[in-house]
Parts: sequence; structure tokens; C-alpha cells
Amino acid sequence: MYGRGMPTDPDALEAINEGMKIIPYNLALGLYVEDATAAGVRMVLPYRPEFVGNPDTGVLHGGAITALLDASCGMAVFLKMAEPARIATLDLRIDYLKPATPLKSVRTWSECYKLTHQVAFTRATAYHDDPGDPIASAAGTFVIFDDTRSPMAQALEDKR
Amino acid sequence: MSGRPLSELIASARAAGNLNALVEAIPFARFTGMEIVEEDGKLLARMRAAPHLIGNPMLPALHGGALGALLESSAIFAVVLETPSPRPPKTISITVEYLRSARPVDTFARAEVVRQGRRVATVRALAWQDDVAKPVAAANVQLLLARE
Repeated sequence: MYGRGMPTDPDALEAINEGMKIIPYNLALGLYVEDATAAGVRMVLPYRPEFVGNPDTGVLHGGAITALLDASCGMAVFLKMAEPARIATLDLRIDYLKPATPLKSVRTWSECYKLTHQVAFTRATAYHDDPGDPIASAAGTFVIFDDTRSPMAQALEDKR
Repeated sequence: MSGRPLSELIASARAAGNLNALVEAIPFARFTGMEIVEEDGKLLARMRAAPHLIGNPMLPALHGGALGALLESSAIFAVVLETPSPRPPKTISITVEYLRSARPVDTFARAEVVRQGRRVATVRALAWQDDVAKPVAAANVQLLLARE
């Protein structure tokens, strides 16, 4: 269903977010998926005081945005695969275009623009409300394994 | 936000050669369990093992985002110690390479300022667990230095 570029099915979105909660770090950061199709994934990092990197200004730590970008690019790969399998990040490059605004959630739009048998290529932008006014842009590559020892792969597999 | 301003914490950290009060003042560093430890006369960042840092509980393995945060932080700490800027640098870009699956144990990172210009510092950072010869992740970080 969601592997075909169709609008997000609410049941599919629920299964994806259930899968997200099995990932402890995603759960601890409160990450959730707002929209997910084979075309891309929109994921949210809520603003919380414990994610602040600069206590003078209240600006989020880059590390929190790194986790959001890593998770959302990984999710874009999962949703592109015909058979969900375990993946791992190979590299992730992030350009910080401007500081995040304190108290605002951060969203990402991530897409997997090339998928091979063993490697997936992704890109993403992070923003608050307007994707045209980005906070960060990212490019990530992922290696695809031939097993499913991954809660997300299994959650998506179960849903098929 | 409460507590001492960062400029004050940075000045005392430099004077004392000890960053822990500064690290303790950063909410996300506390969230990820980071601290500075000294080993063989060198300062290392340590991210203490904790269940909430796991990204794949079936292996289990730490989340790539947690390793990225450790590497970026260690790069910032190195610049804070080695440059005179009154305020912390801002990350321009970071490239993280994931080299091995990281187990849920304490992870260490060290960072080297490769070049420090007037505006930009280039830093390489390396993270490992039990064996420094078997790094779990590495990063190149470009940081914008705060103006005087």
C-alpha cells in the first residue's frame, strides 16, 4: 500500500509509528512520522528543554537534529524496499543552514532517491513550518543487509 | 533557561582545563549521558551506556544519531578548549561515517582540530568503545567560530 507512492493509509501510518516506538532512542526523542509514502517521509522532532544545546538561547543541539535526519532517512529507505530488511547508516552529511528557532518542533522531509540491492541513497531537509525555509539539509547512504533483525523491518513486514 | 551564561562557563573551563561544568550545563549532553574524562593525559568525551540510546534492540546497537551527537560534541569541546572565542562555535557541516555496529556500552570520542582559521575550524573526531583501534564511527566537522 504505502510502497506504491499512494497517499498514506492511516493504518500504515499507525504501524510505522508503533515500529518507531520500539526503537528506544526514537522513543526517547519523541520522534513520530506524520506522512509516509514511497515518495518520502515527513518526521517530527518535538521541542523539549532537554534537547537544547545552547542554554543561553534555547536552540536545539545539532545532535538531536542528527538523530531526526538519520531516523527519517532510514525510514525513507524502509518504505522504498519491496521486502523490508535490516539497514544501517553508512554515512550522513548534514549542512546547517540556520539555527533552529527555540520552542518550535523540527520537521524533516526525507526521500530515498536510489535503491540498489545493497545500498540506498537518501536526501533530506529539516525545517519548522516551511520546507522552502530549511534549517538543515542532509544526504545519507545506508547499507542493506539480507536479514530482518530490525524492529522496523519486522513491523513493516507484519503489516504487508 | 537558568544558570551561568556559557561565556562564563567557557572561560572557567579554559582556565581550569576542565570542561565538565560546561558539559553539565548543556541539556542535550546530559540527556545523552556525556562527560569528559582524562585518559593518559588526554581529554576524551564519554557517552555512558544507557538503554534509551539504543537504535536497534534486536542486535542490540546504539542509534546512529547518538553517535553523531557524541562526535559533534567532542568536536565542539575541542574547539572550545583550543580557540579563544567567548561563545561556542556553530556547526556548519558534519559528515559522520559509521564504521561498525556500536554495542550498548560506554563510547569514547576524541577530536583533533586539523585547522583553525579566523572564521572556521576543521575538526576530525573518532569514536570507539573497548578498542581505539576499532573505531565505531568517525566525523569531519566544520565549525564557525564566534566573533570576539
